[in-house]
Amino acid sequence: MAELSYREAVAAGIAQEMRRDPDVLFLGEDVAAAGGVFKATEGLLDEFGPKRVKDTPISEQAIIGATMGAAMTGLRPIAEIMFSDFFAVCWDLVANQIAKTRYMTDGQCSFPLVIRSANGGGSRFGAQHSQSIENWAMAIPGLKVVAPSTPADVKGLLAASIRDPDPVMFFEQKSLYSVKGEVPDGEHVDTLGTARVVCTGTDVTIAALAAMVPRALKAAKILKSEHGISASVIDIRSLVPLDTQTLLKSVSETGRLVTVEENPRLCGWGAEVASIVAEELFWDLDGPIVRVTTPHVPLPSAASLEDEVLPNVERIVRSVQRLVD
Amino acid sequence: MLECRGLEKRAYDLFMQNLVKGTSHLGLGQEAVAAGFGTAMRPDDYTFCTYRGHNHTLVRGVPMTAILGELMGRACGLLRGKGGSMHLTSIQHGVMGSYAIVGAHLPIAAGAALSAQYRKTQQVTTAFFGDGTTNIGAFHEALNLAVVWKLPVVFVCENNLYMEYTPIEQVTAVKNPAADRAAAYGLKPILIDGNDVDVVYETALAAYEKARSGDGPSLIEAQTYRHGGHSRADPGKYRPSEEVEAWLARDPITNYRARLEKLGIDGETLGRIEADVQAAVDLATETAKESPKPPLEIAGIDVWADGGAEWRN
Repeated sequence: MAELSYREAVAAGIAQEMRRDPDVLFLGEDVAAAGGVFKATEGLLDEFGPKRVKDTPISEQAIIGATMGAAMTGLRPIAEIMFSDFFAVCWDLVANQIAKTRYMTDGQCSFPLVIRSANGGGSRFGAQHSQSIENWAMAIPGLKVVAPSTPADVKGLLAASIRDPDPVMFFEQKSLYSVKGEVPDGEHVDTLGTARVVCTGTDVTIAALAAMVPRALKAAKILKSEHGISASVIDIRSLVPLDTQTLLKSVSETGRLVTVEENPRLCGWGAEVASIVAEELFWDLDGPIVRVTTPHVPLPSAASLEDEVLPNVERIVRSVQRLVD
Repeated sequence: MLECRGLEKRAYDLFMQNLVKGTSHLGLGQEAVAAGFGTAMRPDDYTFCTYRGHNHTLVRGVPMTAILGELMGRACGLLRGKGGSMHLTSIQHGVMGSYAIVGAHLPIAAGAALSAQYRKTQQVTTAFFGDGTTNIGAFHEALNLAVVWKLPVVFVCENNLYMEYTPIEQVTAVKNPAADRAAAYGLKPILIDGNDVDVVYETALAAYEKARSGDGPSLIEAQTYRHGGHSRADPGKYRPSEEVEAWLARDPITNYRARLEKLGIDGETLGRIEADVQAAVDLATETAKESPKPPLEIAGIDVWADGGAEWRN
């Protein structure tokens, strides 16, 4: 095991797959010579050269279009969209073209590609550089959606996404880039569509994603030590495919579910999770399903305001307490 | 060209008989562009079309039955009814898709060209699009990227004078929507008579030669005219009748036939070709009509590469 930061794990995952497969290309704005604005792709240009690691113009439609065209003709490209908010200027290519073309063509082609993007808040960047848009992506049939919370998951799930034969939207939570963690040595490839039970409890299941996972974990510790409430924490990791079995098993044991979502309230991923649990586990529930989300507002810039709206440890603790008591 | 004309006329008739639902955008009058480029392509080259893509699909060798079957939503359809008129695709023929969002396929075509360049295959990609596309962002993003990376791609603007219902000159800053913008990307302006199939063919050969020898993309504006309206819903009444008549006199097929006769090909031979094409269209129509509706279970498959549509375990 080596200790890597979340950002170092990005470059490690890409490098691992580029060494293995000459069909893997990587393109995006400032990703090559500059090593990415978050420094998550440093060293890739030096190792793999400008034919495989390509700086693009500020042209998100061209980046995603080129990625799609390369994927449908035999390559396995990785694209970076610098901030996930920028998907708004190339969403046609993602939602109409990449996601639908395999289906519309009766399965004639497939799209083994990955689009990485820095997602989420906590960095005081304001409303157009801070959104959590994983719920936009999961609403479109034909896209796989992954959002890791640890350096080990970044490397393992990124490798799995690159090897996957379908388009994967890979959301890196930008406030986690400096977080360090143990990453397995040697080749590390994880499995898409698998949630992870981070800790096991008996009173409540807390389901969280990306930056909300460490917050949920911290809340679980406080709930245990200060309130005597025993919580399971599940890191969802992959919204599509969604590991409902791990989730349903946990909720059937605890009888309660709280989702912790960074996305704004309406149609956030937790709403789908809540509907599945309500439909399939209704008679095992000991209380209502509770969603802790960012309220339905754009994200403000000032630190005090942003901290007010993003789900925090205190709000998670309070919500769980109210449910269990 | 004759096959294109026969197929599109038949598609129109089938609409009128309500055998084709939804919408369709016919390429009647624009056959010379598809035929000229299609003839100049190598079998493994890539074509990217718009929703007005029946002609471009047919000229790559896709069977008529599969095209008409797709329009009619039958099991014999090219996509078994899952795509429809606006999405004709046949990867095995190099038809990499027909794209129904204006401009979307230009950057995708650049990506296919990037792939060919990276894999050193000598394949050239052609993206066909209308005059209206030159006013959308993806056009400019794709052109710039293709030039910067010297991609083997040929962008072909079929200027039929109208973006849907509006004259292109009313909504465009320059007279020639594609050719006048070539300089912005360091490209030579190429403006041709898109109704003269020989001119189109020679232009295509030169652009393909340039692309294959590593000298990058070309942008070609082919002037042509749509004989009908924009789509099924549009009778095209907004066009002055003198303009329509003037362009009908420049019909690419009539004029090419006259040229062939002048070159000494006798009327009997030409008549036989025309009759053969008509018979082929009739046969394809009957075959497609007899084909059953697609099996309902295909509506729920092939979202993913494993053939499935599961999103949870």
